[in-house]
Amino acid sequence: MGLKIIVMAKQVPDTRNVGKDAMTAEGTVNRAALPAIFNPDDLNALEQALRLKEQHPGSTIGVLTMGPPRAGEIIRQGLYRGTDTGWLLTDRLFAGADTLATSYALATAIKKIGDVDVVLGGRQAIDGDTAQVGPQVAQKLGLNQVTYVEEILGIENGVARVRRRIDGGQETVEVPLPVVLTVNGSAAPCRPQNAKLVMKYKYATCPMERPENDPRADLYEQRPYLTLNQWSVADVDGDPSQCGLAGSPTKVKTVQNIVFQAKESKTLTASDADVEGLIKELLDEKIIG
Amino acid sequence: MDNVFVYCEIEGTVVAEVSQELLTKGRKLADQLGVELHAIVAGTGIRSKVEEQILPYGVDKLFVFDADGLFPYTSAPHTDILENLFKEEKPQICLMGATVIGRDLGPRVSSSLTSGLTADCTQLEIGPYDDPKTKTHYDNLLYQIRPAFGGNIVATIVNPEHRPQMATVRSGVMKKALYEGKAKGEVVYPDVKKYVSPEAFVVRVLDHHVEAAKHNLKGAAIVVSGGYGMGSKEGFNMLFDLAKVLHAEVGASRAAVDAGFCDADRQVGQTGVTVHPKVYIACGISGQIQHIAGMQDSGIIISINSDPDAPINKIADYVIVGTVEEVIPKLIKYYKKNSK
Repeated sequence: MGLKIIVMAKQVPDTRNVGKDAMTAEGTVNRAALPAIFNPDDLNALEQALRLKEQHPGSTIGVLTMGPPRAGEIIRQGLYRGTDTGWLLTDRLFAGADTLATSYALATAIKKIGDVDVVLGGRQAIDGDTAQVGPQVAQKLGLNQVTYVEEILGIENGVARVRRRIDGGQETVEVPLPVVLTVNGSAAPCRPQNAKLVMKYKYATCPMERPENDPRADLYEQRPYLTLNQWSVADVDGDPSQCGLAGSPTKVKTVQNIVFQAKESKTLTASDADVEGLIKELLDEKIIG
Repeated sequence: MDNVFVYCEIEGTVVAEVSQELLTKGRKLADQLGVELHAIVAGTGIRSKVEEQILPYGVDKLFVFDADGLFPYTSAPHTDILENLFKEEKPQICLMGATVIGRDLGPRVSSSLTSGLTADCTQLEIGPYDDPKTKTHYDNLLYQIRPAFGGNIVATIVNPEHRPQMATVRSGVMKKALYEGKAKGEVVYPDVKKYVSPEAFVVRVLDHHVEAAKHNLKGAAIVVSGGYGMGSKEGFNMLFDLAKVLHAEVGASRAAVDAGFCDADRQVGQTGVTVHPKVYIACGISGQIQHIAGMQDSGIIISINSDPDAPINKIADYVIVGTVEEVIPKLIKYYKKNSK
């Protein structure tokens, strides 16, 4: 029997490659200077979903994401690799959410989608590194959770067997469905895009991504699968007071650019004399021994 | 009411070092707030084995939950314990390690209690807060200070309205110390059945395997760390030669780990290990803030980088401008020559 699978994925600024222009002079983040990417751990989660679909014929995968209209790209990235559908949660009321308000929005959407067997997500997103959203979604849905998953070993008779990373080792656990699994970055990397699927879905967009007087309006008329689901707070029957900034218990008091105290440093060359001199100095002062 | 709680995690009957570090921090916060420090530990067969690992850090009251099924850790039973105990005790602060367990348990508990949680804090302080929108003044909030956005900014987070104020902290960030003051040291053994529903035991751990740590990066006197500038996995391996000669441990930047040069458990920085060695040798590390946050308290910092303007050079005591391929073999050679 097929499984109904949801992959929670986030579009994130690529904080791993922060260049010199990534911060403004005022110390705020210059988002325009950072490319928006598919959160790395979420790609590992997507791969686990695609493997499950192959093992369980008749399964469907939908990618669930929240963000501005351009985050529709995350749904397309899934379609290019073999997912079936997707939902973009986009609404000004979702903006400014901390992890709890984010998980409320995602959980509300998952309830709306209904009858889910497996919810997958990356362990954490690289813009916050909190790893909180997966467990919080699980709690809000009243589902079991397993975090830090490296491999889904199999699903039989409604029970998933998974291998997970723990501090200093590994565990194998069995957990009944439905379940929320967060996938670690050390899991199998995601497969590349499929060229045929890229051709099929390259114009797939959410309505808010489209320009006015869209020249492809006819195409969308003819091919309904090119219109991606776009949901507001009202579409998921969400409570606005639990969304976005309003629904966030944590408040940011201050944000500072980090400035480290510069030291007076001694600059040396790679010459034999300089390197030997340094070693002798450290040995003489018993700093190394 | 209003006490500071620390969740102590265990492996078998051994209390994690990060939990003891947090007890020391929690004690300071409790003293500052004029409240008690309480600790929670949950496991199987832990009674009379864990108390002495927890009480000396200044604990006024320790809750020991001992029952079958509480070790190895699974999410639901431990969540039930914290959720139900916190409903009775109404703590103002709850701290736990930013470990696999803490990062599984903390968010689940925070969601069920609708209390804010801040992950991976590097500093915890007490202070006032004025909400700019509601014009409300709050005293004695927990400042949860953490780097964000890949470590490029540091944010101070507060939870004005919701309790407990929850935070996780990585191992090695706080320092543990036996408490020299007088704490009450009371121990209670609550009836686990009153806190955990039978349905909570749904996840079956078939195999639980923990290896002894392969390295002691956290406690090493000398750390030799490599970054993306090491060029390749083979290039990175040169650091193990240098480390062997110097009796050092090998660390890495996030970029080196992401590039597959070495295992993630050697990562130094905000999302890795925090180190305080006597000597830190940064090889081919540009010095993203997320890395510097994990090693800035080192005694002597030596940077080897072909870029004289690498950000890490600003905090280094010695900068060797040169390629790692040239400098590292020379360090090995001249150490061997001069050390005897």
